Amino acid sequence: MEVFVQQLINGITLGSIYGLIAIGYTMVFGIIGMVNFAHGDVFMVSAFIALIALLLLTTWLGIGSFVIALFIVLVVAMFFTSLLNWAIERVAYRPLRGSFRLAPLISAIGMSIFLSNFVQVAQGPRVKSIPPFFNEVIVLTPASSGYEVAVSYKQIVVWLVTAALLFVFWFLVSKTALGRAQRACEQDQKMAALLGIDVDRTISITFVIAAALAAVAGTMYLMYYGVVSFADGFVPGVKAFTAAVLGGIGSLPGAVIGGLLIGLIETMWSAYFSIDYKDVAAFSILAITMIFLPQGILGRPDVEKV
Amino acid sequence: MALEASAPASRVDIIGALRQAAITALITFGLLLPLIGFNTVQNIRNEIVLETRWPLLAALVAIIAAGRFLHAILIAPWLARRAQRQRREDAVRTAPRARGARWVVPFALGFAAVYPALALSLAGTQGAVKWVDNFGVQILIYVMLGWGLNIVVGLAGLLDLGYVAFYAVGAYSYALLANSFGLSFWILLPVAGCLAAFWGILLGFPVLRLRGDYLAIVTLAFGEIIRLILINWVPVTNGYAGISSIPRPTFFGIPFNASDEGFAARFGLEFSPVYRTVFLYYLILALALVTAALTVRLRRLPIGRAWEALREDEIACRSLGINTTNTKLTAFAMGAMFAGFAGSFFAARQGFISPESFTFMESAVIVAIVVLGGMGSLLGVAIAAVIMIGGTEIMRELDFLKAVFGSDFDPTQYRMLLFGFGMVLIMVWRPRGLIATREPSTLLNASRSSRRHEEKAQSTRPSLVRGRHG
Repeated sequence: MEVFVQQLINGITLGSIYGLIAIGYTMVFGIIGMVNFAHGDVFMVSAFIALIALLLLTTWLGIGSFVIALFIVLVVAMFFTSLLNWAIERVAYRPLRGSFRLAPLISAIGMSIFLSNFVQVAQGPRVKSIPPFFNEVIVLTPASSGYEVAVSYKQIVVWLVTAALLFVFWFLVSKTALGRAQRACEQDQKMAALLGIDVDRTISITFVIAAALAAVAGTMYLMYYGVVSFADGFVPGVKAFTAAVLGGIGSLPGAVIGGLLIGLIETMWSAYFSIDYKDVAAFSILAITMIFLPQGILGRPDVEKV
Repeated sequence: MALEASAPASRVDIIGALRQAAITALITFGLLLPLIGFNTVQNIRNEIVLETRWPLLAALVAIIAAGRFLHAILIAPWLARRAQRQRREDAVRTAPRARGARWVVPFALGFAAVYPALALSLAGTQGAVKWVDNFGVQILIYVMLGWGLNIVVGLAGLLDLGYVAFYAVGAYSYALLANSFGLSFWILLPVAGCLAAFWGILLGFPVLRLRGDYLAIVTLAFGEIIRLILINWVPVTNGYAGISSIPRPTFFGIPFNASDEGFAARFGLEFSPVYRTVFLYYLILALALVTAALTVRLRRLPIGRAWEALREDEIACRSLGINTTNTKLTAFAMGAMFAGFAGSFFAARQGFISPESFTFMESAVIVAIVVLGGMGSLLGVAIAAVIMIGGTEIMRELDFLKAVFGSDFDPTQYRMLLFGFGMVLIMVWRPRGLIATREPSTLLNASRSSRRHEEKAQSTRPSLVRGRHG
């Protein structure tokens, strides 16, 4: 039981990170129908930006307060990652809009290779680790029991930040004119354009929001694990995509639910079965979902019209 | 940065170009500031510290801004003029443009046939090993993989991002069977092909209903699952360490070694590793040509026609009574079989295999070659393989750049960086691939004698390949 609760805590933390990345996949797929293959690498780049911002703040400017530092790091990472994703969309995807379906996907794969190798060249191939900080934990079980169930402050921060940003983001998409424009473009781009919506701008903003959430995930990832390397984009990217598919691609709450599920399944699998095959579990879930439940948990079935 | 062609300016707008360059400089500065402006390094106490690289940042921003400026004043107007000219020409053009294309294929085949001799005479027996192996054999492996995947992606329109799994099946089949049972390469080559085809059908079954991007992602997942099994199933595959001392292929029973029974001794030649390399070169060339020949033949058979019909419109296919299940599975099996052949060749050539050789990156490279070459075009795929693989291989040879950028400059680091960049660039430049026009496999009312009809059909050819894919 204790093991289960502990894994539940770890799984939700991991799942929050996956959920944040998954929203990026789901939004971009919803609006332009493209699997943004480079999204995992955008997430990895954002973790690097967060790392550099954190080092700047702590070693150069000497900011001691954790909360202020984290806040500034988040803002900086979100800004630069958004700029990056905006530029990527402009250079690599926009010219291919309306081209045949594989073209943007191939372009995105190229971008993914480019980004991970760019970081490798620019920052070196070694794993970067930040000094351990903020390691206090809250022990939930009484001292008498054998197994200690603990929640670390870091995990609480991950939950709180994820929840807060999800709320802001949900508000943005469901209550503002921008969100309406986005949903209109998802349904019918031509009609949306006829009604005076700037489709290009809306798509750009979608990429910016996706990147901002990926940056939150990247910052949380860096803080939670304390390490990041140039190769860290691919596997979390594929798992987050799995989460988006499991939740129903195109559905925002689905992405979060899918992310939490994937995070839980992964940690439970590692705890109870075998840690070697945890990625196999995630990839198998992807394949099984695609085959038996292609529309996902909350997605609309894909009706094919002739 | 902005790639859409600005208004076809007849005169050069210097102020506008400067403004665009300034904006580009600003954006580039923002993009590069974190990752180029700062470098994270470990100091003596193994702590991570920041270093600044302002000169490098300034240089990169200046280069990109200058490039944008030149693009705005020189290239963009030129492109606009060319587009206008082309539009006029398109209106009156009736004959197909590619007139020299007829000579490309015989020339390429001839060049491929004499390439080892050329390398031997130019670089000597010692130097030729590198040129034949790194360029010839390496490129031909990818040409063969590209042609194999072309059946799945180019003809049947099923985007397979896990193709490397079948390559791995072929390589491990050969390595394991040769090491455990001592069977020869020539027996195991077809066996590996059959096993890979079997796996192709096995993995093809569950994904039959999926289309487009979904299919791509599931095949990616399968590819990764197979790689992870290769890593974790240590008793059989030896995990990360891989399998070594795999027997090399023999020249019809004569091994390539320094012994008296070896190839060099038998034929009265001085021993040199170059014979084996040249032999491997012709072997992979033959395998690749078999792939190409089969593809060309298959396109004329009902199954090839069914593949292409499936690519264009699956629903129409089904309503015409084509069994889409069998059609898809045969495409998967054929593609996988050629990957299996290539895999067993790869294992035999390297003498060592490990899961590292079968990462997703390999699949991405092969898919990139097929799509960049122009899906379905054998020549395009070959050209793309030469450009992408040859281009990245040649990065290893650019030692003179060290003189320009300093001695710690290592061009090989930039191989995959430029590869990714090249993929994006080619896609943006030619979204349909390098050779976008394809011979239509069937023409209405076209018989061999009536050239008139065929020419008429050729003038409308681009519209034939503009259909939906996947």
